[in-house]
Amino acid sequence: MTQRRENSAGFLWISPWILGLTAFTLLPMAMSLSYAFTDYPLLEAPIYVGWENFSRLATDPKYLHAAGRTLAYGCVVVPASTAVALVLAAMVNASPRWGRLLQAAFFLPTLVPSIAAAMIWIWLYNGKQGLINQSLSLVGMQGPNWLADASWVFPAIVLVSLWTVGHSMVVYQAAMRQVPESLYEAAALDGMGPVRRFFHVTLPMISPSILFNVVTLIIGTLQVFAIPALFSGANEGTDPQAFNFYTNELFNQAFLNGQMGYACAMAWVQLVFVLALTGLTFAASSRLVHYRGS
Amino acid sequence: MSNTSSIIRSPLQRLALSAALFSLAALFLLPIFWMLITTGKTLEQANSGTLSILPDPAGSLPTNVADNFSKVWTDPAVTFPVYLRNTLVVAVLSVTGMTLSSAIVAYGFARINFRFRGGLFALLLATMMIPFPVVMAPLYLIFRELHWIGTLKPLWVPAWFGGAFSIFLLRQFYMQIPRELDEAARIDGCGHWGIFARIILPLSTPALAVVALFHFLHVWNDFLGPLIFLNHRDQFTLALGLQLYQTKAGGTPVNLLMTAATMVVAPVLLLFVLAQSTFIKGVASDGLKE
Repeated sequence: MTQRRENSAGFLWISPWILGLTAFTLLPMAMSLSYAFTDYPLLEAPIYVGWENFSRLATDPKYLHAAGRTLAYGCVVVPASTAVALVLAAMVNASPRWGRLLQAAFFLPTLVPSIAAAMIWIWLYNGKQGLINQSLSLVGMQGPNWLADASWVFPAIVLVSLWTVGHSMVVYQAAMRQVPESLYEAAALDGMGPVRRFFHVTLPMISPSILFNVVTLIIGTLQVFAIPALFSGANEGTDPQAFNFYTNELFNQAFLNGQMGYACAMAWVQLVFVLALTGLTFAASSRLVHYRGS
Repeated sequence: MSNTSSIIRSPLQRLALSAALFSLAALFLLPIFWMLITTGKTLEQANSGTLSILPDPAGSLPTNVADNFSKVWTDPAVTFPVYLRNTLVVAVLSVTGMTLSSAIVAYGFARINFRFRGGLFALLLATMMIPFPVVMAPLYLIFRELHWIGTLKPLWVPAWFGGAFSIFLLRQFYMQIPRELDEAARIDGCGHWGIFARIILPLSTPALAVVALFHFLHVWNDFLGPLIFLNHRDQFTLALGLQLYQTKAGGTPVNLLMTAATMVVAPVLLLFVLAQSTFIKGVASDGLKE
């Protein structure tokens, strides 16, 4: 078969993806970039305003709080869930007899749809009848008002994301199974205990998986939307600002206030943030990540 | 044999490990368990302030469950049967489209040597990093132009153009199928379509199952997409219906909320019990990209 025929065959086979990418990703991104420089009320025509949206972002306290809250959320959730997932993965893998059952137990919460998860946790966090405060009162402790108290909203949302750490755990379990047994034997001969083996053998050997998973987590946490939105809807007495993360603010500007231009500027800043943090992570990891054979 | 098993030696250590793991696992399952427990109670029993697992009296459990389910299912304002039908329509159309088109595109990337293939595949991987919120506002405008807002189309038509993650996963799987099989089919007179339909597809059913399953979960769980693109109660999916039920005027009793949540969670849990290894394979493939 000639190369030219292969070229056209190749493009034909991947053409669905090229069309979809153009229509549903590249075109919207280009539109978003051009609308970012306009004033575009949802029901009117866009008017060019230059960098005005971006300078407004820099001084909009509501936006800055939402952005800061999202960044703080990522700074807590990414390291915490990575640490918990790594420890759980090592523990579950070390327990071969119950491995499948335990894996199922830790993984199940990740399958609960976010709207259902929000409803369950709203019930658990209920200040009076909720399971958490009821249990605390059994041991003589008075729990906080959780979602009804603006200062407890952030930790409450963090806890729900740690509940779904089973996804990362499964990723790490698979990576840990690929580490050659001989390395552990050699480390044991050198007199390393289980904890030192975890830090000196397991972690370096699975570092490419950790890097990939951390990047996925960063991208995911910067988009957090459903749980805060649903928590907010169910707690109208609490300051709505406490539930306002980046995507929530973007959603509100675009679809409640109908400020498409401003929302598009916000979207591009979010994209730049995601790319910058991903790039930083890759750069910072170059000395920590060990690729086999290198 | 899992190699980390060598970390733990003595029976005492083993026992301590199991005890720690089982208590943690119980803690992780507790929210789901408590949802189920509340489904078996009346509102008074749920709000009684005692942590009893069974309703008081315990004999009322079956009646409570039946009552709660029939109240949720037949609610006049929040029509769950309609939402279930809409969700299934989107799921069937979307999963079929995603699996079929991704299988085709992945063949192009795995088996055809065309110009710019490497660059385009890198582009495909890069698109996985683009957050949905970045495109959601202009997507709304595009779908509005097409008069798709308020229909189910925005939720399933894009799936027919493949998805980056599905294409990536299938391509990795195809790469492990020996090329000799292609050659044999080619000698028998097969072109690309013949190789794809007779060799690659039949050998890829495990990977196709992973793709279909994960896309189904995405459709079942999706909240933001329906929230943006649907504006009519008749078109709502289960996720939106559940939210509507929760924020209904006057507030919905917690036992009924947990019953509604159980209705949405139970099918997914059942799928997991039936196909745990397919789920795990799909998730684990995330970590083996080196």
